Amino acid sequence: MARKTTNQKAWFLVVPVVVLVAFNAVIPLMTVVNYSVQETFGDNVFFWEGVKWYEQVLHSARFHASLLRQITFTGIILAIEIPLGVAIALTMPKKGFWVSVCLVLMALPLLIPWNVVGAMWNIYALPELGLLGRIINGLGINYNFTQQPIAAWFTTIMMDVWHWTSLVVLLAYAGLRSIPDAYYQAAKIDGASGWAVFRHIQLPKMKRVLTIAILLRFMDSFMIYTEPFVLTGGGPGNSTTFLSIDLVKVALGQFDLGPAAAMSLIYFLIVLLTSWVFYTLMMKNEEQ
Amino acid sequence: MALEFKNVVKRVGADIHIYPTDLTIEPGGFNILLGTTLSGKTSLIQLMAGLEHPTSGEVWFDGKDVTGVSVQKRNVSMVHQQFINYPNFSVYDNIASPLKVARMSKADIKARVGQVAELLKLTPMLDRRPLELSGGQQQRTALARALVKDSDLVLLDEPLANLDYKLREELRDELPKMFKGRGATVVYATSEPGEALLLGGHTAALHEGRVTQFGETARVYRQPQDLISAQVFSDPPINTCRVTKRDGRFHLNGTSSWPVGPAHAALSDGPFVMAIRPHQVTPAEMAPPAEAVRVEGTVLVTELSGSESVVRFNLEGDTWISQSQGIHAAPVGTRAAFHVDTSQCLYFNVEDHRIAV
Repeated sequence: MARKTTNQKAWFLVVPVVVLVAFNAVIPLMTVVNYSVQETFGDNVFFWEGVKWYEQVLHSARFHASLLRQITFTGIILAIEIPLGVAIALTMPKKGFWVSVCLVLMALPLLIPWNVVGAMWNIYALPELGLLGRIINGLGINYNFTQQPIAAWFTTIMMDVWHWTSLVVLLAYAGLRSIPDAYYQAAKIDGASGWAVFRHIQLPKMKRVLTIAILLRFMDSFMIYTEPFVLTGGGPGNSTTFLSIDLVKVALGQFDLGPAAAMSLIYFLIVLLTSWVFYTLMMKNEEQ
Repeated sequence: MALEFKNVVKRVGADIHIYPTDLTIEPGGFNILLGTTLSGKTSLIQLMAGLEHPTSGEVWFDGKDVTGVSVQKRNVSMVHQQFINYPNFSVYDNIASPLKVARMSKADIKARVGQVAELLKLTPMLDRRPLELSGGQQQRTALARALVKDSDLVLLDEPLANLDYKLREELRDELPKMFKGRGATVVYATSEPGEALLLGGHTAALHEGRVTQFGETARVYRQPQDLISAQVFSDPPINTCRVTKRDGRFHLNGTSSWPVGPAHAALSDGPFVMAIRPHQVTPAEMAPPAEAVRVEGTVLVTELSGSESVVRFNLEGDTWISQSQGIHAAPVGTRAAFHVDTSQCLYFNVEDHRIAV
């Protein structure tokens, strides 16, 4: 019987991946876990605290408020961007010169750095200087996003819609283009209405890309930081302090590393769980 | 109901998809559009459906000019090469969809769908969605959608092309039965000559946007009007070579010759293009046909399937194909002899490639 030769040298081949994953995911994450269960003092002195920070964060009214703000914000922008993106994709030309023009125009907002978007909209919406601010005030509406929470929300949502609807448009457009002409012909022969074509052909055929679009927009908007930070700095008051902004305030502003770490992990789990549940539901639906 | 094309031209930009075409399709029965990819089958089908409109010319249906009439008002149904069904409808709802649009009563819909589902063996799958079905069942669903409404014109654009071999044969056998006694005019596009012969009816041979011949399928096969029609209707490709008629015999480059039959006795002496189908060229070791001439060539390729041999050989510069029953392994590169059944030879004029009479 031939003896099975073992060659342990093969382990060296996986070393690069192990190192990469360790530095890129495991070590940072475990550092946060480490902080979340201990009290930290200067000179790297740690005391074991168990789940105290988690309890504190989960019971804190401040966290609840930011989370509620975050959920409201994400809900609003999803409710606007997904239908709007699909609508724009439906009206885009199907072939010819204008396709590339439209695609380039659509891609433009996506290419602008996030803090630039924030700065742009800040200037654009300033009540005295900005074009948008002056127009709204010119219409007789008192609008000042640095002082009114509603105006701040309105501006933040407008900014996000401007910045990210294109992503939904591009994904939906790709989904639409992949529908063979024969489907439209079949519907035409059946005498199906435009709405029926949308409801029973285009929408089901776009389901996969829309699932991706919703997931991406959910995760991105749930973690939104740079743009509102530049635009409003979370204000006026706490009115646009979303989870990430709040987290940075706790971690870097107050240097409460323990609660900040616990909050990060709770935050991370919320995003992960919601995405997982959503994706699983969509895919399960697909199989049926 | 007869479908008539009067001098129909279809141009898309600078490209001509359909050259001036006159075509009268008999009411009822099977009509086949036979041609390779890009021969204009799909363009013709789209024009027949009214999904496209001719650049010039007229389309008449049932004695009425329907050139500008939109597809919704034409009472046609169509099955595509791809399996086209509403993805989130059950099979039942898919089949019922044309009837629902026509606002038929629920009870009538149920009866009609049940009947068609039975015919197409879809009854056990009525509750499923198209994507849970096999390709054959998906295409059956699409066929059922075309059958369920009593269309005057049923257009089938290579409906079996995306199915695997077994399913294709099975469905091909059933197709003529499905449409029997419905009174609808059926137009069936295919790129396979064998399929046209099996389905029967009438056939239009298509080549690069032109209908080269239209008539009863068997007639188009046996008596092609020109070389192109013969080529369209032959798989493997028909063999051709130059022959010269002299002294009551056809001569093939001085090596072989055979007597001119009574059908071609009236032809004037001179060169012709002779064409012969591959299965009428058999290896010399087989019993020769009654009227045969022996030719020799260098073997290029030999393909042996279980029961059939296909030998490609070089005959005086032309590549010829011999297709025969049984296993005839001719080694590549050797000289091999074949018998040509001269009673089946077709002769075409050298100038215009029309049949020589």
